[in-house]
Amino acid sequence: MSDESIISAQELRFSYGSPDDGKIVLDEVLKGININIRSGEFVAVLGHNGSGKSTFAKHTNAILTPSSGKIYVIGIDTKDENRIFDIRQNVGMVFQNPDNQIVAAIVEEDVAFALENIGIPSDEMRKRVDEALKTVNMYEYREHSPHKLSGGQKQRITIAGIIAMRPKCIVLDEPTAMLDPAGRRDVIETIKMLNRQYGITVVLITHYMDEAAKTDRVIVMDSGTVILDDIPSQVFSNVELLKKIGLNVPQVTELVYELNKCGLNLDSHIITEEECVNALKTILKEE
Amino acid sequence: MAILRTENLTYIYGEGTPFQKTAVDNVTLEIQKGEIIGVIGHTGSGKSTLIQHFNGLLKPTSGKVFFNGVDIWAGKKVLPDLRFKVGLVFQYPEYQIFEETVYKDIAYGPSNMKLDKDEIKRCVTETADILGITSDMLNRSPFELSGGQKRRVAIAGVMAMRPEVLILDEPTAGLDPRGRYTILELIKKYNKTTGCTVLIVSHSMEDMAEYAQRIIVMNQSGLFCFDKTADVFARSEEISQMGLDVPQITKVFNELKKSGIVFDDEIYTVRYAKEKILEYISRRDGTGLCSKI
Repeated sequence: MSDESIISAQELRFSYGSPDDGKIVLDEVLKGININIRSGEFVAVLGHNGSGKSTFAKHTNAILTPSSGKIYVIGIDTKDENRIFDIRQNVGMVFQNPDNQIVAAIVEEDVAFALENIGIPSDEMRKRVDEALKTVNMYEYREHSPHKLSGGQKQRITIAGIIAMRPKCIVLDEPTAMLDPAGRRDVIETIKMLNRQYGITVVLITHYMDEAAKTDRVIVMDSGTVILDDIPSQVFSNVELLKKIGLNVPQVTELVYELNKCGLNLDSHIITEEECVNALKTILKEE
Repeated sequence: MAILRTENLTYIYGEGTPFQKTAVDNVTLEIQKGEIIGVIGHTGSGKSTLIQHFNGLLKPTSGKVFFNGVDIWAGKKVLPDLRFKVGLVFQYPEYQIFEETVYKDIAYGPSNMKLDKDEIKRCVTETADILGITSDMLNRSPFELSGGQKRRVAIAGVMAMRPEVLILDEPTAGLDPRGRYTILELIKKYNKTTGCTVLIVSHSMEDMAEYAQRIIVMNQSGLFCFDKTADVFARSEEISQMGLDVPQITKVFNELKKSGIVFDDEIYTVRYAKEKILEYISRRDGTGLCSKI
């Protein structure tokens, strides 16, 4: 991880509709948030529906721009319209529904779509498409038709389309919400590998607490503000607070919390199965 | 008598073409009145094809489906009636909302049943009540509602027909944890209030552990098992190998078992895990840790 800032939101505020365009001003969705994501980080963003997390995500590649405050992406102010393409080439987005993101009738053409748009020469394009498909482990499907693939495979094609652009950062907005457990696992493994092996910065928006537990840092949003921002084990030790705002904690964290309420003394920072098994072994083994 | 029963049910897609595929292979099962049943299986396991047979959307290639003891394909009269008695809520049902008010959307099904106006009104308001849809919401456009609210309206539209069996395909997909909990609690309440049989198709074994009394597990077009929830979780290792997810808590207790810490029962919810661990410790130490569990 380096100190290079990939995304830096400063007092970022956003409302849908503004007084200028004559529409009614709706509630402020982002209420002055400050988030700094550095190069190489793997960050999860949690929050219930309507907490502002997707609105934040859309600010990271200038789909939306702030009503007030600033957001700098790879050092560029997203309000600078001349540089929007620089931002979008470096921050790719993956959305929830795989079917809404695939444009071509052949897998490899879909992966090449963005490269065509940014004018990559064709031999270079061939190389990048093959590499990207190999990276997400979908190379053997390169000549298939995407509509016959499973949801998890389609999401990996979408991810390939983004990494072919060689971005610094990928922002994924609930990429596994529509997938079955096997598809979810494949997508999460792929994302993790991109971060660990290729150093791509990853921002993962999710409702699955077990996915968030595997990242380096968890940001929790509630009604347009950031209420927690720390390593996963610290964040999930706030069981009461997370439940109050309609979120959850991993089952093992909840078990430890419940047992401690009854007088046991287990480490409240347990978030993985392994940690939980070890802690339980210690207290359950015959004395 | 079973409310739904299948006998050697087989369904083949594209029979006689190069794309021929057996989606459901020789499934025989019985579902009793008033149960909450979970249906799990990986993508392509045949679970969606199976449930589409329960209200006659698909006709078996071979084998039979019985509703209250009557073969649903035996005569022409059975099917139209069956569609009201077995309600099917598809995935992302909110995409099927089309009316201009919430009231009208929920009333659409009952109106097709040729009920009189008062009767329709009763169906709509009673269902809205169970699902926590306020009278203020009934007069609004469904398109102004939040995602979770729209989902409830869409489910209400099927419930309002008072089906004897309600089948929901992934009713919590895409919702946040609180939204999931709300929907599942409302379905449970509906089951309790009306005595209606409920089938829930889900990928979430955590949710199944909490809500299902029995679970149908489909694997590669066949019925892998259909058992009480605890008995299904006892086979969690096999289920895991099918590409399905078992709850974190089950994995933890499987590991404990491997290292010699054995509990006499299958443990698959946090609540039960807590109870069992506290019991274990008090038995060992001879002291109660927590008076109220």
